[in-house]
Order: sequence, then C-alpha cells, then structure tokens
Amino acid sequence: MPLLEMREIKKEFPGVKALDGVTFDLHEGEFHALVGENGAGKSTLMKVLSGVYPFGTYGGDILIDGEVKHFHNIRQAEDAGIAIIFQELSLVKELTVAENIFLGQEPSRFGVINWSEVYSRSAKLLKELNLPLNPRIQVGRLGIGQQQLVEIAKALSHKAKILVLDEPTAALTESEVETLFAILRDLKSRGVGMIYISHKLDEVFAMSDRITVLRDGRSVGTESTLALDKDKVISLMVGREVGDIFPKTTHDLGDIALEVRNLTAFDPDVPGKKLVDDVSFSVRKGEVLGIGGLMGAGRSESLMSIFGAWRGQHSGELYVDGKKVDVASPADAIEHGIGFVTEDRKRFGLILGQTILDNSTLAGLRRISGAFLTHRSRETVATQRVMRSLRVKAGSPLTITGTLSGGNQQKVVLGKWLLTEPKVLFLDEPTRGIDVGAKQEIYAEINKLAASGVAIVMVSSELPEVLGLADRILVLHEGKLTGEFMKTEATPEKVMVAATGESKVMV
Amino acid sequence: MSETLEEKKGFKIETPALRAYTMLGALVLIWIFFHWQTGNNFVTPENLSNLMTQTSVTGIIAIGMLMVIVAGQIDLSVGSLLGLAGAVSAIFLTDLGYGTVAAILAAIVVGIVVGLLQGFLVAYFSIPAFIVTLGGLLAWRGVVKGITNSSTVPVSDLAFIDIGQSYLHPTVGWILALLGVAFVFFMAFRRAKSQKEYGLGEGNIGAALIKAILPAAAIVLFIYVMNSYAGIPNPVLIFLIVALVGFFITNNTTFGRYLYAIGGNSEAARLSGINNRMIILKVFALLGAFVGLAAVVNTARLGSATVDAGALKELDAIAACVIGGTSLMGGQGTVFGACLGALIMASLDNGMSSINLESYLQDIIKGVILVSAVGLDMIGKRPT
Repeated sequence: MPLLEMREIKKEFPGVKALDGVTFDLHEGEFHALVGENGAGKSTLMKVLSGVYPFGTYGGDILIDGEVKHFHNIRQAEDAGIAIIFQELSLVKELTVAENIFLGQEPSRFGVINWSEVYSRSAKLLKELNLPLNPRIQVGRLGIGQQQLVEIAKALSHKAKILVLDEPTAALTESEVETLFAILRDLKSRGVGMIYISHKLDEVFAMSDRITVLRDGRSVGTESTLALDKDKVISLMVGREVGDIFPKTTHDLGDIALEVRNLTAFDPDVPGKKLVDDVSFSVRKGEVLGIGGLMGAGRSESLMSIFGAWRGQHSGELYVDGKKVDVASPADAIEHGIGFVTEDRKRFGLILGQTILDNSTLAGLRRISGAFLTHRSRETVATQRVMRSLRVKAGSPLTITGTLSGGNQQKVVLGKWLLTEPKVLFLDEPTRGIDVGAKQEIYAEINKLAASGVAIVMVSSELPEVLGLADRILVLHEGKLTGEFMKTEATPEKVMVAATGESKVMV
Repeated sequence: MSETLEEKKGFKIETPALRAYTMLGALVLIWIFFHWQTGNNFVTPENLSNLMTQTSVTGIIAIGMLMVIVAGQIDLSVGSLLGLAGAVSAIFLTDLGYGTVAAILAAIVVGIVVGLLQGFLVAYFSIPAFIVTLGGLLAWRGVVKGITNSSTVPVSDLAFIDIGQSYLHPTVGWILALLGVAFVFFMAFRRAKSQKEYGLGEGNIGAALIKAILPAAAIVLFIYVMNSYAGIPNPVLIFLIVALVGFFITNNTTFGRYLYAIGGNSEAARLSGINNRMIILKVFALLGAFVGLAAVVNTARLGSATVDAGALKELDAIAACVIGGTSLMGGQGTVFGACLGALIMASLDNGMSSINLESYLQDIIKGVILVSAVGLDMIGKRPT
C-alpha cells in the first residue's frame, strides 16, 4: 500500500483550471520527483496536500496509509505526517535554531516553556539528522543552505513521514547541495517518503526513484527514473502544441531601439552574488524579443536593472536609438521612452485601493496632465481611451482596481504604460494568472504595439507564449545568456535545454 | 469570453462621500447634544466663533499631517516644533526687536528647516518616521527650553497679536463671502465646461451650477454666523486659507497624487517613475511650514510663547486625521475629513468644558471616542 495517494485532484481558480484530475502516489522511503513548467500545477498540488487549500476547496481524495484524509488546515496535515518546505523559507530569523524547530509546539507547562527540554531535544534531533548546527545560534546568522537544514529539522520534529521539498537547492551552493542530498539519502533509508520539486534535471535524475511530469494541471506520465532520460522528460514537460491563440503575425523590424552591453547585477542581500552575469543583447523597433528561462534565472533582475529600479549593485551600458544613456531611476527610463509592465501586479503594478484612473495615469501623469497640476478631464479621457482599446471590463474609470479580476487588473497595468507612449516596452510575465480570454487580448495588443514600431522585450515562464509571440528568443540560465534562437529555429526542447543549462549554445 | 466576473463580491467599496456625510452627521449630533445640555448655549454665534478659533491651530497642523500620513509617514514632533517656532517668533519680536513680518517668516522658516531635516533623515537614510520625529519631539522641546531659559517670552507687538486675537471687519467678511460664492460657481462652471469640451459625462452646465448652490449657501451662512458675533476671527481665516491650499494640493497637483500613490503602494509608485524620496522630503517640509504658521497663530492668541506651548498637539492633529477617515497605513484620507475631524475634537473640548465636565472625564471620553470612531470604521470596512 502506498504511503500517500492523491486521486483525481481538481482545483480551480476563477477562470483558471489549475489542477485537472491529477493522480499521484508515494511509497515509503521513496524519492519521487515532480517536474513541469512553471504554472503546470506542481505547487498547487502540494498546497492541496499540505492543507494550504483546505478540504472542500478542491476535488478528489487524499489517502494516507490507505485512509481518506480531510485536512482543514496546515496543522492537520502536519499531524498526519506531512511536512512541506516551501521555496521561501518560513523561519523566524530573529529566533534561535531550537526556538524555530519548536515554534508552535514548545514543550511547556501552564504556558511556561521548558527551555532545557527545547535545547536538549533540538540538540538530539540535530545530531540524529547529522546536522552540524548549534541549536542556540540565531537563524538569521546562518547561510541559506543551513537555514534550509533547519527547515528540514523542523519538519522532522513533527515526525514527518512525507517530506515535500519545493526547489530546495535554488539558493544553495554546490557543497551545500551535497550536504542536503546526504541528509535526504539518510532520511530515505529511514523510510521517509519525499516529494521533490525541481527544475534541475541533473538533481532529479541523480536522486529520484520515480518522476512524475505535470503539464497544464494534468499528469502526463509517471515513470521509473531508470526508464527515462532528460530528453524524454523535457519533451513530456513541453509536449503541447502551440495553439492558435497566437495570431500569426510577422513583424517588420526597424533600427535597433535598445542595446544593452555587459549587464551585470548583484544580489542586494548576498554580497558578491551575481544574479545577472555579463548579459548583452539588443532589440529592434517592431521586434518582439522573448526572454525565456526558469524562475530565478535573472530575467526580471535584468529588466529591473536596465529600468533603473534594481536595488542591488549593477553595471552595464545602455544605448537607446544608438545613443548611450544613463538610467539611474525609473523616471530616467521613462524619460528615454522605456516602459515596464512589471511582474506581480498586486505588489509592483497596482495601487489596489485606488481607482483605474489613478493607476493608469500614474506613470504618464506629467505627460497627460502637466508637470505641476493634474487635469481631471484629460486624465479621464486618456483612461477611457486605454480602457476601450484594451477592453477593460469595469463600470467606470473610477472603479477601484482591487475589485477587478486578474485579467482586467493586468490590462490596467499595461494601460498605465501605454499612456507613457513608450518606444521600448518591457513586459514581465504579462499573462501570469489570468484567463485565456484576457491572455489573447493582451497578445493581440503586444502584436499591435510591435506593428506600430514599439520594441518589445517580454519575459515569460510560459514557453508557448514566448514561442508564439517572439521574433527572437534569448534564454537565461543562472544569470548567463545560454541561448539565442530565431522564431523559425526555436523549439520547446531547444529552449528548455538552454534554460536548464544542459548544454551551452554559443551566441 | 470567460471573464464575466467583473467585481468580486464581498469587497466593500469605501465611498468618500458617504463617509463625509456620516462625519457631518456625527458633528451635528454632538452639537445638538451640547446645545441641549448647556441650555441652548452651544450653537450661538459667540460660541461657534470661539469653537472655530479653537479648531484653527489643530486644524492647520492636521492638514499638513494629513498629507504626511497619506504618504504613509507620521510626524510626532509637530507639538514641540509648534513650541519652537512660536518661541523663535516671540524672541524675534521681544528680544531681537524685529517687526511682525520678520517674526512670522522666522517661525515658518524654522518649521521648514526642521521639516527638511526630519524628512531628509526619513527619506534618504531610511530611518522610520516614527523614530525620527519621536526624537524630534524630545529634541525640539529641549531647544525651546534652551533658547528661552525655560521661561515664557511675552509678545507686545500689537500687529502680531492681532493675528491671533482680532477679527475681520464684517464688511470684509461679506466681500470674502461674495468672492467665495463667485469662486465656487466659477469652478463649477469651469469643470462642467471642461467635461463638455472633452466629451465626458452630460456636460450640463446648468446642473453643475445648481449643485454649487449648497456649498455657496454654506459660505454665506458661515459668514453670517461669524459676523453676527464679531466677524471672522483671524485664526479662522488663516485656517480656511490653509485648508483651501491643502485641498488644492491633494486634489489638483501631481505632487498630491504622488502622495496617495506612495502611501497606497510605494513600490508600484517607485516603479512608475515617482521619486518617492523627494516627495517624502517635500511633504515633511510642507508640514513644517504649516506648523510654523500654526505657531504664529498660537503665539499671537496666547500673547506669549510658553515653554510647553503645543505639548500633545501632535496627538490632536493625528486624532483629527484619523477621526476624519485617514488611514494610518497611508494612501487614504482627505483634507476635508481632517478639518472635520479637528472640528469634532474641538467641539468635544468646547462642549465638555462648557458643561463643566471634570477634566479627567474629558480625557477618558476623548480617548474612547477616538478608538470607537476608528473601530466603527474598521467594522464598516470588514469584508462580509
């Protein structure tokens, strides 16, 4: 009997089917890798498993040791032996290792914590796991790799039988990865079942017993690792036809609108760590340049740096229309005709409590109104114009953006940048989390902009989107340019190979 | 098109108009209550004139504070700064022998310089405004004690004292009323015309003018009531001018719009090309200027600069903003609300004193009302 069985799991978000009947199982002491493109449904599936999405909000059954379980919250899932380690660590940096391990389950009498027990049990646990950590040290003073180990210790203090690891090695150095893998092998030998989500196929093949590939919320295959190879996995990951939601348009290319030379950007939190490493590229008027790659490859960081918005150290040269320019702030970038539809509209794009008008005129306010005074009527006209051309469905320009659907919110962000009349437009994940209808409308707008001579640079984790829209595709892997493909030669496999850093295609 | 879900249910939209009416309603209830309790002695021209004068100093500060809070910041130093700017103006007059204008300018310059300093530390050194201005609260009071040797500085300059204690001649009041009414109608006309020009709305100029009757009538009534006593008190005139300036800044300038944007989502504002730091520096300086002006009014009203002038004023100003519907998280609030909040606070002070409520009870009641006002607001905002 499998340790865990997930049967026909379905999960819908407004307008999006995130999981469409996924079946998955895990045995004792098994290392089961879960792979797929961004947005394939891996994280959603794990959130269903761990009670983040409570029972009743999804379809299908979760069985542990053959028994159907209903998790109403994370705690219940933990009690059933499921521990999940998310990409973003959930440790309290100000507390010690031991305090973190026992957070929420401190041994206590009448609310008074028994500190000797906390520290002695932590020390014992860390020793059992062969983790070379001092339980009294503050977590914030540990490196990311060691913090990851604390997470694992914390998970196992709950007597976890099932350990879910979501991209655990994304931020680790090679030797830290080695330490982690040694510990995972040890856990495996003790019968802990592990679900391992990763984009790094090398790791997946080195560690896993079985591999399940998800695509578009569906499981497209579960096979023994021995029966698979990387090419097979990649073709399963991308093996979907690029549908006809991409209008077949060819763009007329003009002169070079923007050229970037030797762009390098450092992590603001980790001194010396390069997130973008010596990247050079250019984009022509009327061209759609797609930037592919996996999360954390340095794509958003590149755009942020060019736009003058990167908080970390960065260097490189920028040429707009052949002239060297200095962009020290987003205001400079806008001045030089660069617009930036940022990722994560709720965090970076919109002021959710304010109206469509307030949001859509924000970046181009001086252009629309004037340097000092606002001009209500002109702003209203401008807002109505973009709402009409982008088909924003809302009562009026005074509708609060927080009440709009994701697609309409995204259109407001796009509209904001159209009102700056950009010559170069950056788009970072422009269709993340919106439904197909709105996606199509945004694609049509991108083509329209290109046709009018705007140079477009689009970062997207959705491969079909990049392949369908872009005239040329650049691929980044760990901050470096690892591939460049013209539309005619690009295939999902080639892009994925470059994105996973499997082989270097010289550019 | 699968996207039919236009407005998510359970998301309650704050309508600023509704909120303004609620506050006006609360004010009317407070006035009726005290009128009844004082034996018809509250809503009289004399008391309303006093009440407005009492509102002025807090009101002027609250308007600047509103802009700081809207930008997601706070300023706890305004009470001490009021004392400092007042002391400087009194020293200019009494000890240094300068004239009225120099004394006024000195107070305002002190306000601006302090505002720039604090704003600079907040914006460019990323020290939280709470800390910077808490330090200011302590330090500026210390400076007051230092420059006055901890003693009261009397002011004898009559022109200066008139700023706080005199009234506008009723005829001038009526001229202002006339100008005010003309202004209201002109603005309504201009707005309707602009809308028509840009093909927005009905563009019905007649309807717009009819809508302007209510504010016009309010102006006339206000001047009538003030003139029935002694005319518009000078502090009230200054308060109204500052309110107009504040209203204009928040509604009609790019600077004002950026304040709301930064307070609403500073990251989105930054990525939209706004120089957040510069805006924050400016808004602190602006508040400083208003505090300097309020210090002139305050010193003139009292006829002297005392060591503890303005103590706890920062809390009055913040309370006025909050009662007026300003979110301490930033991004939300109106000048009208802040003024109304200041008027509500002053009405409570005035009313409770006139029914001889004991001082300790007054404090307790004001505290309870502040918390309840925000509490009711949060309940109203809670998604159902």
